[in-house]
Amino acid sequence: MIQQVIAPHAQRAGGTSPAADEPSVVVNGRARPLGPVGGHTTLLEWLRGTGFTGCKEGCAEGECGACAVLVARPEGPDAVGGEDTTRWTAINACLVPAAGFDGQEVVTAEGLGDPRALHPVQQQMADRGGSQCGYCTPGFICSMASEYYRPDRTPTGTTERVAGADPSVADAAADGRPADDPAAPGHAVDHEHGPNGFDLHALSGNLCRCTGYRPIRDAAYALGEPAADDALAARRAEPAPAAPATVITEGGTEYRRPTDLAGALTLLADNPGARIVAGSTDWGVELNIRHSRADLTVAVDRIAELREFTIEPDALVIGAALTLSEVERAVAGRVPLLSELFPQFASRLIRNGATLGGNLGTGSPIGDSPPVLLALDCSLVLASTAGERTVPLSEYFTGYRKSVRRPDELIGAIRVPTPVAPVTGFHKIAKRRFDDISSVAVAFALVLEGQTIADIKIGLGGVAATPIRARDTEAALVGQPWTGATARAAAEILAAEGTPIDDHRASAAYRRAMLGTALRKFHAQNAAPRQNGSSS
Amino acid sequence: MTHGPLADRPNNPKVGLPISHESAPGHVTGTALYTDDLVAHTKDLLHAWPLQAPHAHAKITKLDVTPAYAVPGVVRVLTAADVPGVNDAGIKHDEPLFGDEVRFYGHAVCYVLGETEDDARRGAEAIVVEYEPLPSLMTITEAIEAESFQGAARTVSRGDAEAGLADSTYRFTGEFEFGGQEHFYLETNAALARVDEAGQVFVQSSTQHPTETQEIVAHVLGVHSNEVTVQCLRLGGGFGGKEMQPHGFAAVAALGATITGRPVLLRLNRTQDMTMTGKRHPFHAAWEVGFDADHRIRALKATLTSDGGWSLDLSEPVLARALCHIDNCYWIPDIEVHGRIAKTNKTSQTAFRGFGGPQGMIVIEDILGRCAPLLGAQPEDLRRRNFYVPGQPTPYGQPVRHAERLEQIWATLETKADVVSRRLAIEEFNATSEHSKRALAMTPVKFGISFNLTAFNQAGALVHVYKDGSVLINHGGVEMGQGLHTKMIQVAATALGVPLSYVRLAPTRTDKVPNTSATAASSGADLNGGAIKDACEQIRRRLDVVAAGQLGIHPDDVRFVDGVVTGIGFHDKQIEWAKLCHDAYFQRVQLWAAGFYRTAGLHWDANRMQGEPFKYFAYGAACSEVEVDGFTGAYRVLRADIVHDVGDSLSPLIDVGQIEGGFVQGTGWLTLEELRWDTSDGPHRGRLNTQAASTYKIPSFSEMPEHFAVHLFEKATESGVVYGSKAVGEPPLMHAFSVREALRAAAAAFGPEGHSVDLRSPATPEAVFWAVEEARAAAENGSADAALANGSHNGHARTSGEPVRV
Repeated sequence: MIQQVIAPHAQRAGGTSPAADEPSVVVNGRARPLGPVGGHTTLLEWLRGTGFTGCKEGCAEGECGACAVLVARPEGPDAVGGEDTTRWTAINACLVPAAGFDGQEVVTAEGLGDPRALHPVQQQMADRGGSQCGYCTPGFICSMASEYYRPDRTPTGTTERVAGADPSVADAAADGRPADDPAAPGHAVDHEHGPNGFDLHALSGNLCRCTGYRPIRDAAYALGEPAADDALAARRAEPAPAAPATVITEGGTEYRRPTDLAGALTLLADNPGARIVAGSTDWGVELNIRHSRADLTVAVDRIAELREFTIEPDALVIGAALTLSEVERAVAGRVPLLSELFPQFASRLIRNGATLGGNLGTGSPIGDSPPVLLALDCSLVLASTAGERTVPLSEYFTGYRKSVRRPDELIGAIRVPTPVAPVTGFHKIAKRRFDDISSVAVAFALVLEGQTIADIKIGLGGVAATPIRARDTEAALVGQPWTGATARAAAEILAAEGTPIDDHRASAAYRRAMLGTALRKFHAQNAAPRQNGSSS
Repeated sequence: MTHGPLADRPNNPKVGLPISHESAPGHVTGTALYTDDLVAHTKDLLHAWPLQAPHAHAKITKLDVTPAYAVPGVVRVLTAADVPGVNDAGIKHDEPLFGDEVRFYGHAVCYVLGETEDDARRGAEAIVVEYEPLPSLMTITEAIEAESFQGAARTVSRGDAEAGLADSTYRFTGEFEFGGQEHFYLETNAALARVDEAGQVFVQSSTQHPTETQEIVAHVLGVHSNEVTVQCLRLGGGFGGKEMQPHGFAAVAALGATITGRPVLLRLNRTQDMTMTGKRHPFHAAWEVGFDADHRIRALKATLTSDGGWSLDLSEPVLARALCHIDNCYWIPDIEVHGRIAKTNKTSQTAFRGFGGPQGMIVIEDILGRCAPLLGAQPEDLRRRNFYVPGQPTPYGQPVRHAERLEQIWATLETKADVVSRRLAIEEFNATSEHSKRALAMTPVKFGISFNLTAFNQAGALVHVYKDGSVLINHGGVEMGQGLHTKMIQVAATALGVPLSYVRLAPTRTDKVPNTSATAASSGADLNGGAIKDACEQIRRRLDVVAAGQLGIHPDDVRFVDGVVTGIGFHDKQIEWAKLCHDAYFQRVQLWAAGFYRTAGLHWDANRMQGEPFKYFAYGAACSEVEVDGFTGAYRVLRADIVHDVGDSLSPLIDVGQIEGGFVQGTGWLTLEELRWDTSDGPHRGRLNTQAASTYKIPSFSEMPEHFAVHLFEKATESGVVYGSKAVGEPPLMHAFSVREALRAAAAAFGPEGHSVDLRSPATPEAVFWAVEEARAAAENGSADAALANGSHNGHARTSGEPVRV
């Protein structure tokens, strides 16, 4: 039984054992009844209400990661060998309805280890000064543990120093760190990846106000491999818990998880006002910050038909309910523009829950994926009980957070036509490099014939009420030679596209200037690009 | 043994060991508790929710709370009529807890108590309030124009600044306005109050100043301090933001608990915390500076105006510290700096790590950064040339003791950071890189340690040794992540001569150690360490006598090391610590003691702004290298090296953590963190638009320097301080000036030689982009600012004033 293999600690929180048919969650190895949660109690509220203190509220909008927990998720559609396995996935507990965890397994920081028997991740963090005030720490622990258990984390074994790395950095032994410390940055492949294969982006959704992050990075880079008797590591070999059909009614609101697409579409047809959630990374913010409430919440994140990834002769078809992390793994570099997008799209914690369907469903003008998907000339498959229709993304948005999608329709999949343009670029303008919302986002997809621009598609975000294509600029560029002069001339057209505004993220003047410089930067980066014919 | 001077360390001390945080195992397992975590242990809890006013300034013409009682789960609404004592949340009597006037957007009108947070919130939404909007002031400029000031204006001066300027070879004048900073402690403000079994009010509060929280709760309730106990387990970060701001929230919770008889939790969510609590003060500075022919600062005249927000809070001492730090590390013979506090309709700005020091120091660093090109000097040369040398006093009359450390630290940093060869590499890079430029900059720090107000420089401790030899220590300081408790355990173990494992530290509470000062001003370890050491030594002196009797030697010759008691020079006769404690009890020897410490040698005339307010200065210097993308203004900190003086470190792992964390937090203030208020005349005038983590960006992993090395300055014993150490909390924040100055230099690299770059603060990518654009424009116009040789004059329009040669 799962309950026995997961860490035996942490029986300390309260709660009674659930009755057989009662909705329940396995937390730190023990099943606990969900109790009276409607669609509006977040997993964080529920965990803290149940007595767990290993997840904290820092911001309640998925920005700080103090609430991060591990959940057992299926290893996804590209799992080798077809055997269903489990990935310990870190998510923000503050954004997701607790009701969505009926039948699921959750591990919090107190489930990983005990103060007298620390987990290796906890040991490194404690020993290296990775905690100061400690409030963000349990969340960091969970994000770090997720990366520690990442099945494809591969030590590089290299001890070569990064070019330009400073040997004296490693001997900054004021804190007693040995000079041959495996965590020393000089041993890393690059400064965002440790010699143990640890990807620092795994921690991009966790904020710390005290440490300045260096000791946390060193703790991450010093981690070894899970021990042979590590229960959570062993758990990965077994299938993840299935998502059962859930119906929870409380206080006049209802949470429903249909198990198949037909069921979901029928629900939507009968309840056009229903709130559709997948990763709930946007709806969670609405719940917490704006106190929005819905009579009916319908979860679609585990519906198999929405979680397929298919390679067709002329397109990649991405299921709308695949998380961004799953898409990233499934696409596996076949679309360079997506590869550029993902690390800049929110944080790993968000990408572990958020879906492309959700990002397009909310219709935000500053979503990061629409400019990229516009440049890739994607289409959306919209499904309802009446059948399916395919809509070009460029015709999908109709106004601020409005689209052609009817209330009874679900976004089923995103079609990325292939071959993809060989020369691409994604420029996200934001204050912070990791985990920020863009003030301007520009995506380019360029096809050259010789040195002439055969085709270019430019997607823009943050400069109008919807994501848009830079049609005037595209028209001006096609047929022109790909030169600095062309880029400079067209940059002025691009700078006039959209209707940027002043707000707390950036001034209109800066947004306009960024449109203007984007094309020149794209040219500078691709002055002598590859010719047509990509590998995909 | 005899107990020597405060700074002396015995053999095998526990101070100086690089141990990790005493609560680290609790932190990493999520079992270290914070105020809000106590909810699960509290029965019948009520939740409080503030009703926040949607006006920057308004009179409340009607407040009808009755509809709230129709909302299920609402138990009580708290208003001014409920206050039995003083309706004030502060010590200046200018912060009504429940006012009849709204003084800033988000000001709490009343609080609703509900069975759940959601019930209380919905209750607050049901309340009917009518407002009569009044004119509001949102910016320093508006306040200056309206002559809206508060508190005392102060001046620091020496010599004759006018005469000094007249005597200068080069004179420049300019203005500079820079932003504040949200603390963004990960744990928001929280207070949990109940009436305990003995009828006294017990408040668990996330406060840096339990004594003052106790006093405010007492005066709001109309009771004496001995009827209120405040406990603080630990803070999820404070940074000054919980020095004064928690009092009112604790008072609301306590009021609710006394009225309802049930425990009451008031925990602000992030947006409430950001919209209701004070921040680092933004400042405006107008200045005129003169240099002699050798580029030595001859004179400085300046006026600093801070934005204090709606009430005084700590604005006066913050301003005093700004005025006392405008010199940073530089000798300024003739100086006259005026300071005043603007009164605006914003949150009441408050303490934040550095406490005005950063705001004073950034002014002189900005002046030097802008003037260096105009003088034709390298900024680093200009800075170094103007360092204090031993014997020179500050403008307020305090000798700069150990001024020679500035030069030593600077030289050490140049070596550690490999500055000479990296400068060459940067030049090479920039010569071949059209679209991105690199630069490095070095900046120094000198920071005065002690509260400016002399009375605050005292502390108490209570140390118990039990019969089994275990030790329990209490002190007045609050653990907020800075490692104070870890250091205090090390101090106690050193003073008693026992292993660290013998010592446990109990939560800070006002019924154990009374009349404490805020854990602030970087002074926590100095003050409380002194008090703990005093208490431990009292116990040791008594145990010396007991041991001497057993060993047959003089008490002065007894040695305590690692829990083993011996005589000097021989080890054949040993007494186990626990056995000695046991024996001492049976000899009726007192095994506990109250300790006390007062910092000696301080005096300060707050009116004249003269005296010696600081026990000593903390020194350091930083070197940062950045790369700026010319297309966007985006940048990365490639490398940072810091050499910092912590005296003889009490706890090196902790101190390095404080230095790194301070640097990154300071970098956040200067580069990323932008408080944007609605200053329009629209319906939301006064609203803080950056009121959440999604809109107010603190540094993340991406802002950590790729290569980051901290070096503790060696052989740095500070006499007169506990075990020779120095305070470390605030000074490292100011090392972030090196990032700002490197950004300035990198922007300048897009322009002609000698171009003076005016950089907004915070230097967001947008701000850097405009600085780059200006530099490029200067290159295209072919006009360098610093054409001093041929006497030409620059004529660019600048956004916030510019250094102009007068």
